[in-house]
Amino acid sequence: MPAIETVALEKAYSVGFWRKKRKQALYSLSLAVEEGEVFGYLGPNGAGKTTTLKLLMGLIYPTRGSAKILGRDISDPWMKAQIGFLPEQPYFYDHLTARELLDYYAGLSGVPGKDRKRRIDEVLKRVALPDAGHTQLRKYSKGMLQRVGIAQAIIHDPKIIFLDEPMSGLDPIGRREVRDLIQALKEEGKTIFFSTHILSDAETLCDRVGVINKGRLRGIGILADLAREVSGKIEIVWHGASARGAMEYLGAKPHATGELFRAVLSEEKMDAAIDAIRKNSAKLVSITPVRVTLEQFFLDKLEDEVPTTIPSEEEVAK
Amino acid sequence: MRQRIGAIAYNTFREAVRDRVLYNLVVFAILIVGSSLIFGEISIGIERQILVNLGLAAISLFGVVIAIFIGIQLVSKEIEKKTLYTVLGARPVRRWEFILGKFTGLTGTLVVNAGFMAIGFFAALLYLTHHFERADGYLLVALYFIVLQFVLITALALLFSTFSTPLMSAIFAFAMFVIGTFAEDLRGFAGMTTGATKYAAMGLAWLVPNFAAFNVISEVAHSVPISGQLVFYNTLYALLYATVCLSAAVIIFERRNFK
Repeated sequence: MPAIETVALEKAYSVGFWRKKRKQALYSLSLAVEEGEVFGYLGPNGAGKTTTLKLLMGLIYPTRGSAKILGRDISDPWMKAQIGFLPEQPYFYDHLTARELLDYYAGLSGVPGKDRKRRIDEVLKRVALPDAGHTQLRKYSKGMLQRVGIAQAIIHDPKIIFLDEPMSGLDPIGRREVRDLIQALKEEGKTIFFSTHILSDAETLCDRVGVINKGRLRGIGILADLAREVSGKIEIVWHGASARGAMEYLGAKPHATGELFRAVLSEEKMDAAIDAIRKNSAKLVSITPVRVTLEQFFLDKLEDEVPTTIPSEEEVAK
Repeated sequence: MRQRIGAIAYNTFREAVRDRVLYNLVVFAILIVGSSLIFGEISIGIERQILVNLGLAAISLFGVVIAIFIGIQLVSKEIEKKTLYTVLGARPVRRWEFILGKFTGLTGTLVVNAGFMAIGFFAALLYLTHHFERADGYLLVALYFIVLQFVLITALALLFSTFSTPLMSAIFAFAMFVIGTFAEDLRGFAGMTTGATKYAAMGLAWLVPNFAAFNVISEVAHSVPISGQLVFYNTLYALLYATVCLSAAVIIFERRNFK
């Protein structure tokens, strides 16, 4: 049984003054996340990540399709006690202290009164806020609030944790701390579904990723495999115009800066390119694998591509 | 279920009592009660009437202002600041439990506030008359009616806040309060007109809560007894009206998409 499962999940909003126009926020999303898996949900801003998370949290209702978490319907109260959720850029009741807030959430999640203090101590220690528990949240920095956000998502020891852009707005140290925390939760066997628009976050943490853009799931799989589809390229830099013709013959489009040339080629042409530089008495300066940024990921390859590994709407309908 | 509603209610109460605006309003109301002593000084023979009129009116008005001011934000603030997401998204909290918890929390806050203002009021009365009379018991009935008004206003403000912006909710709630205060006059007006105007005025008079029925301030200022029947009907009316408002709020809230 998958921990999270959506079948042809769709969401459209009525917009405009008369609410007659339809804006499709999410197109037929079908995916399954297994228990114990860390699933990265990648996409640029406005891609439909938060819409998906809100659908799974029951905060918005689907126009079509269905979703299950732990085999239960997304409105099932028992299931709700088994999940934790950190919204994007969370803001909490700033009249409360972190301890009061966690006590409130623990109570709502059904954690018995006698266990709450121990759980709060544990969780505050875990998110590195052991001494700030008695400070009102209005005095917290953004990074501290994000940690409180994670604390509230795990206070009731849920089986599945949903994190919406957990690292957005954090400084490098904060990002590393959050990454370490997700790693630790993964080692405990928790299922983690997190959305991000930063590829490196997903690379270090995820077993699998799904890539979404403009409301459509563009691909799903192991990140390295997906990246290989659009990457597998090298940037080669050399000195000397003599090799230019040979490089162009290999399919490169060299850019010149004085006598320095640079070109991007596919990985399998690396040896041929090195030979071409040597034979033409040019000097090799560097060869660097091209790092795919998420922006490139979309712009280069996925912009208008049909979904690769998910069934089409027609297939789902069949 | 009770634990979750209780937790939401307590959090709402705690949020309200930690808000400085609330203290300003309560202190201001107590000051008005106190100042009515001065007005009493210059109105020979009717000091008690002045104190009761001004004091109870101040408690009522400031309570209504607090009920509207906090009530309109009960839901919209949670949506705007996304605190609602962590409550409804990943906790076994049903939407109707959230609405009921919020309502209970604000009503509790208003009762406690009214209690503090009433203590100030009775202290002023004791200072003026040096002793309590049997007729002063009716003041408690008047205070009870004021609390029932708070229940109605809170339910209305909460209803508006489930589908409207805070500003619009405030305008709606305040308009309902003003029209409701003159509901009896509106019924009188309907009786004097004909055609569409008659039905419009009559419809409006029945739609808005009849706050006039809860206003017994001038009666108790003159030590006129309040009948048990009125207490019973007002209680029943307030409970029914609040239940209808809350049910409508729940129906709207259940269907909402929190974009």
